[in-house]
Amino acid sequence: MLRFANPTLFLKLVRWLMPLAAGASAVLLGWGLYLVFAVSPEDYQQGATVRIMYIHVPAAWLALSCYSLMALSSIGSLVWKHPLADVSAKALAPIGAAFTFLCLVTGALWGKPMWGTWWVWDARLTSVLVLFLVYCGIMALWTAFDDPARAARPVAILTLFGFINVPIVKFSVDWWNTLHQPASVFRMGGPSIDPSMLTPLFVMASGATALMLALHLAGMRTEILRRRVRTLSQQLARQDGLNHDG
Amino acid sequence: MMDSPHAGYILASYLLAAVIVAGLILLAVIDDRTQRKALEKLEAQGLRRRSTGKTGEA
Repeated sequence: MLRFANPTLFLKLVRWLMPLAAGASAVLLGWGLYLVFAVSPEDYQQGATVRIMYIHVPAAWLALSCYSLMALSSIGSLVWKHPLADVSAKALAPIGAAFTFLCLVTGALWGKPMWGTWWVWDARLTSVLVLFLVYCGIMALWTAFDDPARAARPVAILTLFGFINVPIVKFSVDWWNTLHQPASVFRMGGPSIDPSMLTPLFVMASGATALMLALHLAGMRTEILRRRVRTLSQQLARQDGLNHDG
Repeated sequence: MMDSPHAGYILASYLLAAVIVAGLILLAVIDDRTQRKALEKLEAQGLRRRSTGKTGEA
């Protein structure tokens, strides 16, 4: 596994792993959409509105998963100072932010017909909004430094500090009285959702996870190329400087 | 589904998801092409990374 922590070998791995993840994502999301719109039943209380769940819940899971992966990468960056660790963290930030934004907006679109309001300042909704703002802060910090190697340490510290919010998001519905419903899939005693809805949910979530993996690998590959461009540009500037002096 | 009184909310959710996914893919493709072209241009000028063939550098 550590062999692939080398950027050159990692790029070779990406060459076949990324199309595989992208293909799996297309197949799973296609199958998931068929299950959602042609097979899964309407909810006895929510009616067809329950179909928003198949977008909202995977987006929420990925918002938290991306951040958790970013925190793991940040540990790799701080402890081992491995360049691939900060490449991984940097590539994950926009993906995680996009899924968090999708989670927030689909939540509002689900909340309006079901709760009668787009938004309430309850613990779950507010902590997810904080998660989105933390993602934005991390992306802003990456762009604040010219040298990504110098940005890696402060970004990793901010990411690990922001990780405090992840368990707050997850357990907010248990710790506080919220309008948002408590966990209904990953909970003690098993899922409380009927299998006819659970199957499309897992298929959609698997497709979205494969998409996230493909985008993450693509983002890491591009970031490695960006750093190579930066190194060569600096080399060119030095050469030009020497020629000018000579 | 289209006869649901809340069809607009469902449609808006799936449309937004499609736009976000398409946007992420498009940005990834554009960024990758930009960096690739920049790298090719620099390499065409005879520049090579000192660590080419070695390991460890991103």
